[in-house]
Amino acid sequence: MQNSAPAINLEDVTLTLSSAAGPVSILAGVSLTVGAGEAVTLLGPSGSGKSSLLMVASGLEAATSGRVTVAGTDITRMSEDGLARFRLGHVGIVFQSFHLIATMTALENVAVPLELAGVRDAFERATAELEAVGLGARLDHYPGQLSGGEQQRVALARAIAPHPAVLFADEPTGNLDGQTGADVADLLFALHERSRSTLFLVTHEETLAKRCGRIVRLKDGRIVADTRAA
Amino acid sequence: MNKLLLAIRFARREMRARLSGFRIFFACLVLGVAAIAGVESLSAAFLTGLAEQGRTLLDGDVVVHLVHRPTTDAEVAYLAHRGRVSETVSLRGMAYALKNGVEADRQLVELKAVDGAYPFFGEVALSPAQKLSAALACDGDICGAVAEQTLLDRLHLGPGGRMKIGTQIFRVSAVLNSEPDRISGGFSLGPHVLISNAALQRTGLVILGSLIDYNYHVVLPPNASIKDFKTEATAAFPDGGWDIRDRNDAAPGIKRFVEQVTSFLTLVGLTALAVGGVGAAQAVTAFLDRKREDIATLKSLGADGTLIFLVYFLQVMVVAVAAVLVGLVIGALLPFAIQYAYGADIPAPAHFAVYPKPLLLAATFGLLSAIACSVPPLARARLIAPASLFRDLVAPADARGAVPYLAGAAVAAALVIALALFLAPSPLFAAEFLGGTAAGLVALRLIAEGLRIALRQLPRPRTPSTRLAFANLTRPSAATTGVVTALGLGLTLLATVSLLDHTIAAQVKDRLPGTAPSFFFVDIQPDETLRFDKVIRSVKSVEDYKRTPMIRGRIVAIKGVAAKDAPIAPDAKWAVNGDRGITYAATPPQGTVITQGQWWPANYTGPTLISFDQELAAGMGLKLGDTLTMNVLGREIEGRIASFRKVDFSTGNQNFIIVMSPGLIDHAPHSFLATVRVAPADEENLYRAVTDSFPNISTVRVKDAIAQVNGLLQELSAGVRAASLLTILSGLLVLAGAIAAGSRSRLYDATVLKVLGATRSRIASVYVIEYGALGILTGILALGVGTFAADLICREVLEVSLNFDFGVAALTVVGGGAATLVFGLAGAWTALSARPAAQLRSP
Repeated sequence: MQNSAPAINLEDVTLTLSSAAGPVSILAGVSLTVGAGEAVTLLGPSGSGKSSLLMVASGLEAATSGRVTVAGTDITRMSEDGLARFRLGHVGIVFQSFHLIATMTALENVAVPLELAGVRDAFERATAELEAVGLGARLDHYPGQLSGGEQQRVALARAIAPHPAVLFADEPTGNLDGQTGADVADLLFALHERSRSTLFLVTHEETLAKRCGRIVRLKDGRIVADTRAA
Repeated sequence: MNKLLLAIRFARREMRARLSGFRIFFACLVLGVAAIAGVESLSAAFLTGLAEQGRTLLDGDVVVHLVHRPTTDAEVAYLAHRGRVSETVSLRGMAYALKNGVEADRQLVELKAVDGAYPFFGEVALSPAQKLSAALACDGDICGAVAEQTLLDRLHLGPGGRMKIGTQIFRVSAVLNSEPDRISGGFSLGPHVLISNAALQRTGLVILGSLIDYNYHVVLPPNASIKDFKTEATAAFPDGGWDIRDRNDAAPGIKRFVEQVTSFLTLVGLTALAVGGVGAAQAVTAFLDRKREDIATLKSLGADGTLIFLVYFLQVMVVAVAAVLVGLVIGALLPFAIQYAYGADIPAPAHFAVYPKPLLLAATFGLLSAIACSVPPLARARLIAPASLFRDLVAPADARGAVPYLAGAAVAAALVIALALFLAPSPLFAAEFLGGTAAGLVALRLIAEGLRIALRQLPRPRTPSTRLAFANLTRPSAATTGVVTALGLGLTLLATVSLLDHTIAAQVKDRLPGTAPSFFFVDIQPDETLRFDKVIRSVKSVEDYKRTPMIRGRIVAIKGVAAKDAPIAPDAKWAVNGDRGITYAATPPQGTVITQGQWWPANYTGPTLISFDQELAAGMGLKLGDTLTMNVLGREIEGRIASFRKVDFSTGNQNFIIVMSPGLIDHAPHSFLATVRVAPADEENLYRAVTDSFPNISTVRVKDAIAQVNGLLQELSAGVRAASLLTILSGLLVLAGAIAAGSRSRLYDATVLKVLGATRSRIASVYVIEYGALGILTGILALGVGTFAADLICREVLEVSLNFDFGVAALTVVGGGAATLVFGLAGAWTALSARPAAQLRSP
């Protein structure tokens, strides 16, 4: 499963943001390498910098210093639009709050990244992805007409549809009840298996974390432990 | 291209969820576009009407106008050879009601003598209806006349009554209801009376040198060229002093008035668009705030800034285009509504139709304004960071990407200004108006922002209501600045216009009567002067009696260059557009202020010298020693400028832009003009004494003329104030938008306050303080900026001191406060009446 070339390579990455109260250090010299096809969980208490590390690694935010390489591309100094174009071909993201576009149907939501990438059969592929997550009957439903679990499944289909090299998931079950969360987690790992993409999961749930082959623990913006399953 | 198609697809999807929050944007745009489309369409209707009715309004294809003298036999023969000719003669005279053969009431009238051919086009409406020739016919010693009802009312005469004009007795055959060529005649000092040319000769008023206008209406054969007629006539009679008007410009005064009013109202419409633009920008910002999460999501999925911009720009433009279309429909219908409402009372001919050009213009103004106002917030939307999906604190985006978009918005705004300047009959005025508006907007915005920051520095008020009200006004996202700017600009315009109106009215009503004469006397013949002086001096309270020789003449050349070809500044053009009064004097008339050069010696008899108005001289590029050529009574007189004088037209006294040295002009037939001031108690005595003794002298009561001018000014200022209300309405719409935008947080605040035990009246007091303070603050700022603007216009343009009016001040401040309060409380009603439990249960 694991390839030799790293999918994510972070070298001494820092992130400092300014606020009214002064500069806030979010990440303080993080170095991490994730191999292609690997499943990694980022675990840590609230405020430890997990989501920020995910944002930097996925190109949603630029690091203050250090170097970020994703899927073989150095994205450290990319412009805002350059990062957007990079995400198109290489990265899929699942959010805790789903972030579906309320004015679009489930099908249209899934088709968006494919349309952005200029995929000709965007809607056929989006339909297939939705069927794959068990929502073939809900194609024309708007997010407001779907349950939380269904919305997260749409979000998963949307993230996986362009076949990204890396799938980022930020607390994907955080807003769901126990059973629905477990179902979504099953689906997430199933999709990861099927697509052979790298999975970069942020969570604070130990049980979910243990489903990944590797657990990286974060505290106060620093990596404090990096363990692999035996 | 692919990106655009993709943006269209995404925009269409987004719009399925109904574009909410654009009501104010829509209304502001509709208002501005409808105003411009309506005004421009109405203008097109009038200008087309004037052009179509040119022949009727002029009563001919061309009119040859002469002052003081009729045509010579050779001239008559020339005109008769070119087409059908009708002669009308216009002058002022005194009409005396005859009661039992004795002269009773009297009134200055505008007399028009016509021949049998008049009118060629249209008809003279009389009541009782009859043929004009029959109504004007002479029967023995008595001739027929038709007069406007106003004259009959003032002379207490009915149809069939007798009146005397000059030495001739007239029978009033009918009431004159309308003349087809009335509006081409210009300003009237008295009611109109029509008589026949033959009767005019019997009045004894036709004396060479008297102020008489002779008009020769010529109907050219079909296919004859007006241009050729003008060229050939001028060549045939180069010294004739012919002023030739044609059917294509039959009523130049009305046309100029329509064009200038249109330009002013279009500028007011643009101001309304600018005020609405503040609201439009707020609406777009609020819309994008609501879409923040969607935008961040799209970006996280790979959409770049350009695509994001296009998706939301297209949606805003859909609203803009819809608003423009609605505005165009309203604007196109406005002329028809006016036709329906006023019908026959419309004073000028109009052709009511849908005119594409004004609509295209209004649409262009509307769309460019929408782009200029909405692109800056849209450009900021492309900077929304996808990281904002995770937390509020994000690294600032690189703002350089927004620069091309902001430049595009600036280009759109520049195009609006350039188009307005290009179309304005007076680009300087348009530039000053738009410059003033822009300066007002910037000043209000800066002051408002400064005040908001200053208010935040104040100690926190002790009472919770005041504290919450001030917090609402000063929080970073408060609409205070926008509302103060938008509503403030409307109130500023109203304050400026009202203060100017008050100042001008004070000049006309208060200052003028103090300095102006009580009477003007026109057409005093040279052989009457001594007798006339005696009659005047017989009245005890006589003051400032001045009698001056006067003859009319036209400036035909400046420094040897024909006046029509000479470079003349727009504000000096009036001096060469027609006949002007000319006088002569051996010594400087009393009160003369020479600013450059010297007056000629009292016994000077050499070549003609001229003392000229210094301001007009600047407009004509004249220097001392330059020549001016006048055509007087068909003769050209050239003079050299010896001095420049300051001429003050604001006093209402005798003013001549041209004073000549004696020696040549005094040999031409001329009459005298006199002015005099008497105590109000003696006015009637003097009026009677002069009109009893000199039936040929036209006596103008200045009081009446001032009242007439005042009436016109009142109508004009009422119109201007009504127009400025448009910008206030736009400002109120922006206020309503700001209130609607803040309604959710207001509802939340009110719910929490209620939970904590606040009564509705207590919460209402928060809004009263908030909106009252906002309105009064806006009013005070608008009054300050408006006073500054009015003072500047008074000093620089009108050259008078501003007459500050506390009524205007109170109206601006209290009106602004009250309007804001009413709108604010109406908008806050939902928050006041909502039940807290219902709010707490809802997610």
